[in-house]
Formats: sequence, C-alpha cells, structure tokens
Amino acid sequence: MRRLLILLAVLILAAGCGGRQPDVPRLRLATTTSTQDSGLLDALLPSFEERYGVKVDVVAVGTGQALAIARRGDADLVLVHARDLEDQFISEGHGLERHDVMFNDFVLVGPTTDPAGIRGSKTAAAAFKKIAEAGALFTSRGDHSGTHTKEQAIWRNAAVQPEGNAWYRSLGQGMGETLLVTSEIGAYTLTDRGTFLSMREKLPALAILVGGDTIAQNTDPTLLNPYGIIPVNPNRHPGVNGHLATQFVTWITSPEIQQQIAVFGQERFGQSLFHPGAAPSPQSDPIVR
Amino acid sequence: MEEIGRGFVKALGLLISGDPQTWQIIRLSLEVSGFAVFFGTILGLPLGAWLALRRFRGRRLLIALIYTGMGLPPVVVGLVVYLLLSRSGPLGVLNWLFTPPAMILAQTIIALPLIAGLTMAAILGVDQELRPQLRSLGATERQIAWTLLYEARVGVLAGIAAGFGSVISEVGAVMLVGGNIEGSTRVLTTAIVLQTRTGEFELAIALSLVLLLISFLANAAVIQLQGRSLRALL
Repeated sequence: MRRLLILLAVLILAAGCGGRQPDVPRLRLATTTSTQDSGLLDALLPSFEERYGVKVDVVAVGTGQALAIARRGDADLVLVHARDLEDQFISEGHGLERHDVMFNDFVLVGPTTDPAGIRGSKTAAAAFKKIAEAGALFTSRGDHSGTHTKEQAIWRNAAVQPEGNAWYRSLGQGMGETLLVTSEIGAYTLTDRGTFLSMREKLPALAILVGGDTIAQNTDPTLLNPYGIIPVNPNRHPGVNGHLATQFVTWITSPEIQQQIAVFGQERFGQSLFHPGAAPSPQSDPIVR
Repeated sequence: MEEIGRGFVKALGLLISGDPQTWQIIRLSLEVSGFAVFFGTILGLPLGAWLALRRFRGRRLLIALIYTGMGLPPVVVGLVVYLLLSRSGPLGVLNWLFTPPAMILAQTIIALPLIAGLTMAAILGVDQELRPQLRSLGATERQIAWTLLYEARVGVLAGIAAGFGSVISEVGAVMLVGGNIEGSTRVLTTAIVLQTRTGEFELAIALSLVLLLISFLANAAVIQLQGRSLRALL
C-alpha cells in the first residue's frame, strides 16, 4: 500500500508542477481554421493582448462549429466566413451586429494533369460541371464550414447534385487535412487561397486551376470569401464578455490592424493572404478594388 | 518515411533546447492526465474493491457497466462533458468549458472505469482463502479490504498505468472540451492533430515521440514501483 501512496504522490507532484496561469481577463474567440492555421491570428493578437491586458483564447474550428459554440453562449465573439449562416445567427438573436473584417478568395485546385480539363474555366460552376461530367474525384470538406457552404452553393449554381456519386468524397475534415488527402488521391477540391498558399510546398501534386495566381486574376466574383466578426449577444447569453468583445471589434477594424492584415504573408508568400475591410461588390471586376 | 527520422532529430532538439512552447504543452499534458488519473484512482480503487468484495443487488449490472466504460470512446465522453459544461448546459455556471478543469473532468471519466475494473479483477484474483483467514484472525472489513488491495497491488498498479496510458494518449475528449487553445488547453495529442492538419509532419512526429517517451517512462516507473512482487511474477 505504501508503494501505491508513493505512486499517487508522484502523480500529484507531476500534476502540480505545471505552471498556473495568472488570472487575466479572457476573451474567447471562436473562429475558422484558416485564420489560425495561416498564422494571421498569431501575428495580430499579441498587440491586443498587450494593450488591454487580456488573454485571447482562440478556438479554431469550422465556421459551422464556431457558430454552434457561440449559439450555446460558449464564445464571446465569432470570426467566420459564411454570410448566410452569419445572417441567420444574428436574426436568431445570438449575435449583435456583423462587421466586415477582411476578405480573400476561394480557388479550385486539382491535379496538375487536370483529368477533367477544367483549367481556364471562367467560373467555378462551369468547372464543377466538367468535373461531374468527367466523374473525376472531388473531395469535399463536408463539415458545414464556410468553405463547404460555398462549395454547396457552387454545386447548386452548376445544377449538379454531387452527393451519392462515387467520385464525390465527403471527408468531414478541416481544410489542411482535406488538401493533404486531395493531393494524395489526385482529386479536385475548393480551398481558400490563404490555406493553399501556406501549405503549398506540402502539396506538390496540386495546382490552382480556377481562380488565377492572385486574387486580382480571379475571374469568378462568386469566389469572394469575406470574413465577418460578430460579438455574441450578452442579453441572450449572460456569461458573455460583451464589453471586451466590443473592444476587440473596434480594435480589429482599426486602420492600424487593418494595415497589418494587408501586409500579412507578403514576405513569405509574395502576396497578401487576406485583404482588409469590406469585400468589393460582386459586380466590380476584377475582384480586388 | 524520412519524416520520421527528421522528426526524431527535431524531437531531441525541442527537448534539449528547452523550447518553451513544447515544454508548456508537455507540462499541461502531464498536469491534465496526472490529475485525471489521481481522481480516477481515488474514486476507482474503493469502487473496484467494493465491487470485488460486496454482494448486492445490481452488482452484475454495475460490473457490466464498468466493463463497458473501460472501452468508452473518448469523443463520446468529450461530447457529453461539453454539453454539461456549456454555458447553456446544467453545469455552465462553473465556466469550465475550454479550460484544463474540463479536460481533467473528461479524462477522469475515461480513466475511472479502467482503474475500477482492473482493481476489481486484481482483487478477485487474490487467493480466495485469504479473506476467511483474515476474518478468523479478527480483522475488520476495512482491514480486510486494505490487505486484499495490498495483495493485489501488481494488478492495481497495472490498472492505474492503463488509466494513465489511455488518457495521456486520447485526443477526442480534450479536443472537444479543451478546444486546443494555444498556451492554455493545447496538449500533446491535440498539438499532434493540429500539426498533422497543417502538414507539419516533422513536428507532429517529434511530438508523437515525446508522447511515446512519456508513456514509456510512466510505465517503467510503475514497473519499478511494483518491484519485487512483479519480478517474482515474471
């Protein structure tokens, strides 16, 4: 028995030596994997944390899950990219008002050999149609993320019902995993440009086939990908830190931080991963102002 | 495959250079799983002993439940704990969701049936003649329980080791209730998922090797503690 007690003591000791975090106010931001995996939030957040003496807890999941977390009052604000879902979130009373933060665009990537011959398609919907006709492998996030929502909208535009076809693989994974699988099995997929660029060296089999090399060359205005930030309604969810959430919105939409968003990634990728502010209207062409 | 070799080198580098982020993740992993095993042991040992030594209505059902619990999918535990601790859930006032206490709670639920079940099995494996002998020597029920627990210590320690091994390596529950928040709830397994997700295979392999090393050291420590009694067994 004594040995058992010694073991317990060791375990407690092992457990206890972990450093306790100082008790600072916390702001919980539920967001999409793209904002975290691209490194954008790591680059931006320290300045907010320093200025306001708080710690921002980033829960990076798909847009669908981020909104689901916020619907239960488990986040103070959301930074997501699926306009219809965002509007629904607000109209249900869970969120206050939506603010434009930044935008980038989606691109259609696939094998460099391009078996369905979609390279040069003017719109994603036309390319989707060709993929369906060729029966070429297509991988879908399948996770109610912003990218998945966009993909479903494009299938509707193409008047194709992809679910149930053998060539349509619904993965239920994040963007990074989906790109890795897509590269491995030689499929097509829809991705945000930022995640694709930040992982490009790990995806030798994939190339951008629709959407161009930069956002300025993207010929399909429906591929715009605007990110909005929405503070969770503190009247609906009393535990929410509404004051801090409002401060965060003011901060991230301030000219200084917007400028940081604009230059983020230029050094490493030769182009910005995110563009500050409101997305241009779909009519304007090319899609960067 | 060369990723594994490079990951090995990277793992050594991270450990030796004392990379603060890596060490913080290791510390939190040990802290969360250590507390979970501690609470699982405090609750599991008496429960296992009770199930082994007492006869009562519903005992078989309870044992069946414990055995089922030994194979509880962590993600199911995570989901239930998530819904319990959510601000819209019954325990929302605790404000535990996406914090280490939530992770400890989930892992305790995973470890408890393992520790209780293996403790029960170990005590049942002790010579059945010992109990009447002890009683005839005038031992109280409590003394009998302690003695049997001591006699069964090899199996009990194996149960605790199994509990630790299962929680330190699970990802489903801590991902859901912890949220994999950098510097706050990111542990080895969720960090490995994140690095794999973003294609950083080297770092993922490095963290995996660290995880295996911890698991190995913990089991080696248990074997050491079991000491002579185990050597006698072998």
